[in-house]
Amino acid sequence: MKLSNDLFAVAYLAATILFIFGLKGLSHPKTALRGNRLSMAGMLLAIVVTLFHPDVTNYGIIAGGLVAGAIIGVPLALRIQMTAMPQLVAALHSFVGLAAVLVAAGTYLMHVQDGHLNPVVLVELVVGSAIGAITFTGSLVAFGKLQALLGSAPLVFKGQHALNGALILAVFVLSASFAREHTTGLFLAVTAISLVLGFLLVLPIGGSDMPVVVSMLNSYSGWAASATGFTLNNQLLIATGALVGSSGAILSYIMCKAMNRSLLSVILGGFGTTAEAAAENATKKACRAASQEDAAFMFENASSLIVVPGYGMAVAQAQHAVKELYEQLHHRGVEVKFAIHPVAGRMPGHMNVLLAESEIPYDDVLELDDVNPEFARADAVLVIGANDVVNPAARTNKSSPLYGMPILEAYKSKMVYVIKRSMNPGYSGVDNDLFYLDNCSLIFGDAKKVCEGIVTCLKTN
Amino acid sequence: MSVTMIAIYVFTLACFVGYHVIWGVTPALHTPLMAVTNAISAILVIGAIVVAGSPQAANSTWIQVLGFCAVMLASINIFGGFVVTNRILAMFKKKS
Repeated sequence: MKLSNDLFAVAYLAATILFIFGLKGLSHPKTALRGNRLSMAGMLLAIVVTLFHPDVTNYGIIAGGLVAGAIIGVPLALRIQMTAMPQLVAALHSFVGLAAVLVAAGTYLMHVQDGHLNPVVLVELVVGSAIGAITFTGSLVAFGKLQALLGSAPLVFKGQHALNGALILAVFVLSASFAREHTTGLFLAVTAISLVLGFLLVLPIGGSDMPVVVSMLNSYSGWAASATGFTLNNQLLIATGALVGSSGAILSYIMCKAMNRSLLSVILGGFGTTAEAAAENATKKACRAASQEDAAFMFENASSLIVVPGYGMAVAQAQHAVKELYEQLHHRGVEVKFAIHPVAGRMPGHMNVLLAESEIPYDDVLELDDVNPEFARADAVLVIGANDVVNPAARTNKSSPLYGMPILEAYKSKMVYVIKRSMNPGYSGVDNDLFYLDNCSLIFGDAKKVCEGIVTCLKTN
Repeated sequence: MSVTMIAIYVFTLACFVGYHVIWGVTPALHTPLMAVTNAISAILVIGAIVVAGSPQAANSTWIQVLGFCAVMLASINIFGGFVVTNRILAMFKKKS
């Protein structure tokens, strides 16, 4: 069956519209599943139509690739633990990046055969490959840090920025010469330098900045798709890539704002190197320790409790224990709400997913602006594995590195319990003023065990 | 208007559409947003199919290998991305 070019364009336009409505569905949990199905329909339509493209003659390889992808992708998605979502997303970003490099390379070889090469196409090709390569290795490093294969501490060395600058310059210069006189060697050189750049750009960024990095790589994977669209003159790829690119860019912006840091300072990396100063400070002041029984007694007699979950909850896999605590208190007539800071966890929305997994109703899970007025009214707050996002120094101490960062105002509540593994300062290396306040008590221990302990106390009372 | 210029038009306007649609996404769903955009960015598979299935591929093992790997990687993203998004969203749906 032969389809006319306009018919392709109409089908691709329809696919683009399906993607837009699909993303729009995510504006509410109730419409989100339908949105996902619309996006799937868009993808299916795009693939089926492309198979009828007059230039597509060889179906064996395509079918093999699609089936292999399904065999690998579906079990991966079904088995992955929710706490490991950031790693999975990083890994998937790397695949898009690598695919963009391969498509650019393949398209280049195709055009070398048929001679359809001009400077514009060459620039598009080499740019597509470079963005793909940076996405690929950058995501691999992010994956390594999230999976704890690499240390999550920022890796900084002298002359780092100068080296990156020189490599970026080299990419531009070599791309320009590739456009003038193309050789496979130049294409490979630009791609290789971009691969190195991807590594170097993400290595200096520390673990807690991962929400920004993951969002940024999400954005890059979109731009990579767009760049491929320019090469192939395919409007569907261009438009869809731009949708994804802006999505990632907006998420990066939201994350940066939630940390009161500029995108540039996150990208340049090296945050969190002042840990010694903070530790020294910590020894001077005294904080109060409490037992699980104390907390259980307080919560039981409270009329409202706000829970602030952080990365520590994910690490300890404590979400199900938290849910049981929620139910126990709920049965006793205590109003329990959850307060989510935008950068809690290792990716945007990480905490929401874990709470949803343990079947805590999303109506009880509140965002920063909605929940902050509630703290002063709450009888008690339970902080589980969160630190910097509840540090009042961000409000009160102008010399603190956190100053100006929007925080959850847990300190305003009558009583605050913090579950903590040890007295180590948070990721930023900044000592937490909250711990030394009169209304704050620390419960030392693993988040999951402590939550289970509180539940046991509640049951036996 | 040249082909490249049309492409730039489409790109720019799509960025604006993306900007407005994404600001409407509720922060609670930012993780599934990343998962689904991940799947959608694998629209790259269209390019991979054109490479893998091209007449030029018949004359070149290199193009075949590149095309196959690209289709497979994009396909992992499509299946993996959509399935995992579905899983996450189903968890949000349960309590409504």
